[in-house]
Amino acid sequence: MAAQPVDALIDVRNVHKIFGNGTVAIKDMSLTISEGEFVSFLGPSGCGKSTALKMIAGLLSVSAGEIDVNGHPAGQGGETGDIGYVFQDATLMPWANVFDNVFLPLRLQGVSRRDATPRITEVLAQVGLSKFHKSYPRELSGGMKMRVSIARALVTNPKLLLLDEPFAALDEITRFKLNNDVLRLWEENNLTVIFVTHSVFESVYMSSRVVLMGARPGRVIEEIELPRAVGRTDEYRTSAEFGEHARTVTQALERTMTNVDH
Amino acid sequence: MSTIEIHDEDTPVMMNASQLQRERRDKRMQVIMPLGALVIAVLLWEFLVWYNEVPHYLIPAPSLILKTLWVEGPSLLGSAWFTVKLTLMSLALAMIGGVLLGMLFALSRTVEMSLFPFAVILQVTPIVAIAPLILIYVDSTFSALLICAWIVAFFPILSNTVIGIRSADHNLRDMFSLYHATPWQRLRFLLVPSALPYFMAALKIAGGLALIGAVVAEFVAGSAGQNTGLASRILESSFRNEIPKMFAALLLVSLLGIAIFLATSFLSKLVLGKWHESEIKRER
Ligand SMILES: Nc1ncnc2c1ncn2[C@@H]1O[C@H](COP(=O)(O)OP(=O)(O)O)[C@@H](O)[C@H]1O
Ligand SMILES: [Mg+2]
Repeated sequence: MAAQPVDALIDVRNVHKIFGNGTVAIKDMSLTISEGEFVSFLGPSGCGKSTALKMIAGLLSVSAGEIDVNGHPAGQGGETGDIGYVFQDATLMPWANVFDNVFLPLRLQGVSRRDATPRITEVLAQVGLSKFHKSYPRELSGGMKMRVSIARALVTNPKLLLLDEPFAALDEITRFKLNNDVLRLWEENNLTVIFVTHSVFESVYMSSRVVLMGARPGRVIEEIELPRAVGRTDEYRTSAEFGEHARTVTQALERTMTNVDH
Repeated sequence: MSTIEIHDEDTPVMMNASQLQRERRDKRMQVIMPLGALVIAVLLWEFLVWYNEVPHYLIPAPSLILKTLWVEGPSLLGSAWFTVKLTLMSLALAMIGGVLLGMLFALSRTVEMSLFPFAVILQVTPIVAIAPLILIYVDSTFSALLICAWIVAFFPILSNTVIGIRSADHNLRDMFSLYHATPWQRLRFLLVPSALPYFMAALKIAGGLALIGAVVAEFVAGSAGQNTGLASRILESSFRNEIPKMFAALLLVSLLGIAIFLATSFLSKLVLGKWHESEIKRER
């Protein structure tokens, strides 16, 4: 442990995951993520992106290898609320309004409603939902539900934010907007973010590092460093630089696809 | 901290007059249509009996049934009270037993695997077939009848509670694990609300079944369960060929069933109305 660099927030060492039915979801994955990084997991569906993310969150056990998060084995030790998690679908409680959905993590930590209210008001303002405290999920659009989900993940002031294809089900206009919102929240809250996506363009736009994953068995194929996405605006999407990076990543992705025949 | 702006206009938008009118008419129709149909059916019945001069020991006219109900009222109401008590108590016990056992089943596969067969056997064996045995073994007639009605009402609540708890969203379960929720928090904030729609559906069914169970059990008890509930009054009137009184007692059983149905539906709307698809009025 002493050998680890101080700022390694996540350290994945030779991790394997084999499910009960024999599926090898992850084969020998190693990865280090420093504090403040914005890392994308990019790969075709079924390559183990969600599995990797869940193991880092401590929601799934590893079959072999080790994962340390913030100096503790994943899922053990560490403070509750150090990790925020956003699923592909917003995963809100349909019986609770926006306020209560965002309140959930604090409530589970034993914070009273009164003590939690200022913080909830703050995060809801951050995601632009100040006027929707009392709305029920069914009354919100897909993009708004996703914002609630992000607010819920942020309410505990986590160090680490894990997003599992959060915008895959949204239209492009909403997705672009939410991409920028997530980048802004990353900057404002000093977050470390792992962003799972199957879109090359999304990964290039958002992240300072793309972790390229391949399927059958799921594994890390290549890591591509990119400039940090600080102060990024939509103009970047049409810039020559963006096109350049997108080409690099696409070509790397194509190489992985030709390695495994489909 | 900067915020993300959402542009929405605060100008109030009024529902236009014709839309309001339609809403109101819809609401009125919901009451008028079923009541109207009922009234017409009863009037037709009255007319046919009168026109064809059907003797009252075959089919009594509605007016005669009402008169009998008035005359026999006090004694019939006593019996009705007995049936109400029996039905509600068995329903309450079915709820308590079904929910507790359902939670146990949902939380432990082992318990479910070992106890489920008994629940199924109890459910599939017709109550008419078990009732005589229960009446022999249990001294108090009321308790025996209660057990019979309970058996009938219990199963849907049990099975729906199990399904309901299992139906809790898997990602939400992960969410609760992420924040190290205690088993109690998980039950209270996730499993119970997830199971509620299923439980409410079961309650609507079980309410009707409890009444059926109570009536059937009393029929089986027959003369053994001297006097007592509405069912035995129906039997008694049939022996004595008092058909109008039979109809009067029957009417009370129906009214009781309707009341239970309305009460459980209302409760369901109250509990789920804000969020569950089954109780939300669709906008057009
Ligand atoms: N609970 C599970 N049991 C068995 N196999 C699973 C389970 N979860 C995922 N898998 C399998 O593991 C592989 C990786 O899945 P996943 O991590 O969801 O991929 P991705 O998120 O990249 O689409 C897939 O082949 C999937 O079928
Ligand atoms: Mg996935």
